[in-house]
Amino acid sequence: MDLKSRLLIATVFCGWLLTPTSAVALDVTVGYIHWVPDQGPVLSNVTPDPEDAGLRGAELGIADNNATGKFLDQNYSLESVIADGEEEALAALDTMLENGIDLFVTRVPAATLQAMAERAGDNALLFNAGASEDDLRTRECQPNVLHTIPSYAMLTDALGQWLNMRRWKEVFLITGPTDQDKAWADAFRRSSKRFGLTIVEDKPWTFDSDLRRSASKELPAFTQARDYDAVVVADVRGDFGEYVPFNTWLARPVVGTQGMGPEAWHRVVEAWGAAQLQNRFRELASRDMNSEDYAAWAAIRTIGTSVTGLSEAGHSNIREYLFSDKFQLAAFKGRKLNYRPWNGQLRQPIPLVHPQGLVATPPLEGFLHPDTELDTLGYDRPESDCRINQ
Amino acid sequence: MKNAFRIATLAAAISLSGPALASLAYVSNEKDDTISVIDTETHEVVDTIEVGARPRGILLSKDHTRLFICASDDDTVQVLDLATRKIIDTLPSGEDPEQFALHPNNRHLYIANEDDAIVTVVDVETKDVLAQIDVGVEPEGMAVSPDGKWAVNTSETSSMLHWINTETFEIEKNTVVGQRPRHVEFTRDSKIAWASAEIGGTVHIYDVDTIEEIQQIEFKIKGVPQDQVQPVGIELTSDGKYAFVALGPSNHVAVVDAQTYEVLDYLLVGARVWQLDLDKDEKYLYTTNGVSSDVSVIDVEDLKVIKSIKVGRFPWGVVIDPTS
Repeated sequence: MDLKSRLLIATVFCGWLLTPTSAVALDVTVGYIHWVPDQGPVLSNVTPDPEDAGLRGAELGIADNNATGKFLDQNYSLESVIADGEEEALAALDTMLENGIDLFVTRVPAATLQAMAERAGDNALLFNAGASEDDLRTRECQPNVLHTIPSYAMLTDALGQWLNMRRWKEVFLITGPTDQDKAWADAFRRSSKRFGLTIVEDKPWTFDSDLRRSASKELPAFTQARDYDAVVVADVRGDFGEYVPFNTWLARPVVGTQGMGPEAWHRVVEAWGAAQLQNRFRELASRDMNSEDYAAWAAIRTIGTSVTGLSEAGHSNIREYLFSDKFQLAAFKGRKLNYRPWNGQLRQPIPLVHPQGLVATPPLEGFLHPDTELDTLGYDRPESDCRINQ
Repeated sequence: MKNAFRIATLAAAISLSGPALASLAYVSNEKDDTISVIDTETHEVVDTIEVGARPRGILLSKDHTRLFICASDDDTVQVLDLATRKIIDTLPSGEDPEQFALHPNNRHLYIANEDDAIVTVVDVETKDVLAQIDVGVEPEGMAVSPDGKWAVNTSETSSMLHWINTETFEIEKNTVVGQRPRHVEFTRDSKIAWASAEIGGTVHIYDVDTIEEIQQIEFKIKGVPQDQVQPVGIELTSDGKYAFVALGPSNHVAVVDAQTYEVLDYLLVGARVWQLDLDKDEKYLYTTNGVSSDVSVIDVEDLKVIKSIKVGRFPWGVVIDPTS
C-alpha cells in the first residue's frame, strides 16, 4: 500500500446523538502528522513494519472517543497527513494551524518534532507518538509537547529491572550502526548502572555480509567471550538482530530490540481488558496493534478523557487538566496512567515480550519509589533538567 | 494421603447422588472452561462441570433451577440445568457476552456485548432478541433494579453508566463516573445503586430516583500502592448493614458501612479478587480470586477470612443458590 503522497482526511462523525447530557455540542478535530524517514535496506526483512503504524491507532482513538462522545454531544474527527519529508510535515502543520486545529499527534523523528513544537508555540499541544530519544525528556523539553511513546530509558529500565530480578547480571551488548541504535544502547548502559548489571563486552555491529548465508558462522565467533548471562541487542530498525538468537557462542538468551524485549504495546498483551482493545484494533486495521499505534491511541484517548472531564475543548484547558489530579487515563495496562509534570512523559508499565508471549510487565515488585513505582522506569525528576510546568 | 483419598471418594459420592442438600456455590473458571460446584457447608468442591469457552458472568434463574453462563469466546449464553448439571440450551447473545442481568420477570436477559458496544436483550423463553441498545465502548457491568424499572450498563472505556428504561429499551440518561466502571449493584429497595470504577479506584453511589451521584467512596490500604486498589465486584447485605467491595489486584475486600459509606475494614483474600456473593443465610461471603485460582470464604459476622478453596484457573464469577 502506497501511503506516501496520500493525503488522508478521515472524518469520523457521529450521525446520531442519544440523550446528550451537556447542552453545548463540541467538535474536536485532531491533526495527525506522520513522517518516517526511509530506514534503508535491512537484512531481516521477513516481517516489515506496517507503514500505517500510528495512523491506525489514532483512528481507533477517534472511534473510541466518538463512541463515548455520542452520549455527551461531543464529536471527534481526525485530519491526517502522511508526509514525504520534513518540509512536507512542517507545511502540513502550518496548514492545520491556519485551519484552527490546536491538538496534534505526531509520528515524526525527534528533530522534526522539535521544529514543529517551535512553530506551534502557544497555539497548540503536540503528542509525540513516535520519537523515543531521551534528550526530548531530559534536556530539550518543550512545554507544548507530551510524549505517549515511552523513552528509550523507560524501555531499557524495564529490561534492566527484569535482568536484575532474574540475576542475569553479566551481559554482552551488541550495538548497531544507526543513531537510534546508539541512543538505545546509551539508554541501556545507563540502565545497567541503575540495576547493577555488568556489560562484559560492548561491541558495535560492523559486519556487512548477508547473514542468511553465514549467520551460523559469523555470530558464534562475534559473541565469543569468557562468559555472560545474556546477549543484549540494540538494533532498533531490525537489521541484523533477528539473526542473533540461537547463534550465540554460548547457550544464552537474547534480549533487547530482538529476542525478548520491552515494547510500549504488543499483540501478546491481553490482561486488564487488553484483549478487547486488540480485537477492536484488528477489526479496524486488519493487523495487530503495535507500539506506535498504541502511543497514538493513548494520545487521542488523553484528549477524549480530558474533554469528557472538562466538558470543553481547547489545548490550554486540556493541558491544564491533564497535569491536574483529576486526570487519569485507563489504557489497558492494569493501572491508571498520567503524565510526568517535569517533562510531559506518559507514565506507563512496559510489557516485556517475545514474539509469542508476555514475559513480565515492569515496574517489577521490589523496585521502589517514594511517589510511584512507574517512575522507576525512565528519567526521574532529579535526573531530568526539564521543568515544563514551573 | 489416605485422608485425601477418602475425601475425594466422599466428594464423588456426593456428586453422584445428584444435587446435594447443602447450599451450593457455582464458580465460573475463565481459563478452564468449567464451573466449579462448592458445598457451602463443608466448603469443598463437589463437582466440576465442563461448559463453553471462557465462561465469565454467571447468574441463576429466578426460580433457581437454571444457571445462565456467558461463554464469552463461544459468543453465546449457555443454560445449565442444575438438577442434571447438563447444558440444556443456548441463547443468542450477540458477540463476546461478558456480564448480564435478569429482569425480575424471569424472562428478559440484559447482556453486555463487550466487543460490539451494545446491550442485547433476550427473552429467555422464546429466545427472541427483543432489543439491541447502543452503549459506550466495552460494555461490561449489567444490573437490573429489583423493582424491574431500570437496567444499568457500565461501559469501561467510555467510563459511563447507561440508564436503560426496561419498558422502552431506550437509554434515558448517561452519567460519567471514574475510569473503567465494572459493576453495578442495587439495594433491595431499588433506591440506591452502587457502581465501581476499577482504574478510577472509586465506588459511586447513585440515588436512583434522581439519577444523581450522592457519594463517592475511595479506598486506601496500608502498604498497598494506590494504583493497585481497583474496585470491581460489589455485594450488599440485605439488612442494609454492609457493602463488600472486591478490590482486584490489591488482594483485599473492603467492608463498607452501607448507611454512612464509611470504609470499616479491609480483608486480605486471594490474588486479584474479582466478584463476590453471599450465601443463603448471609453468614459467609465467597470471593473469586483470579490469579491465585481460589475462592476465599469470609465470615460475615466476624469479618474474618476463614478458608480458601482451590478451584479452576482464573475463577471469574460466583453465585450461591439459596434454595439448594
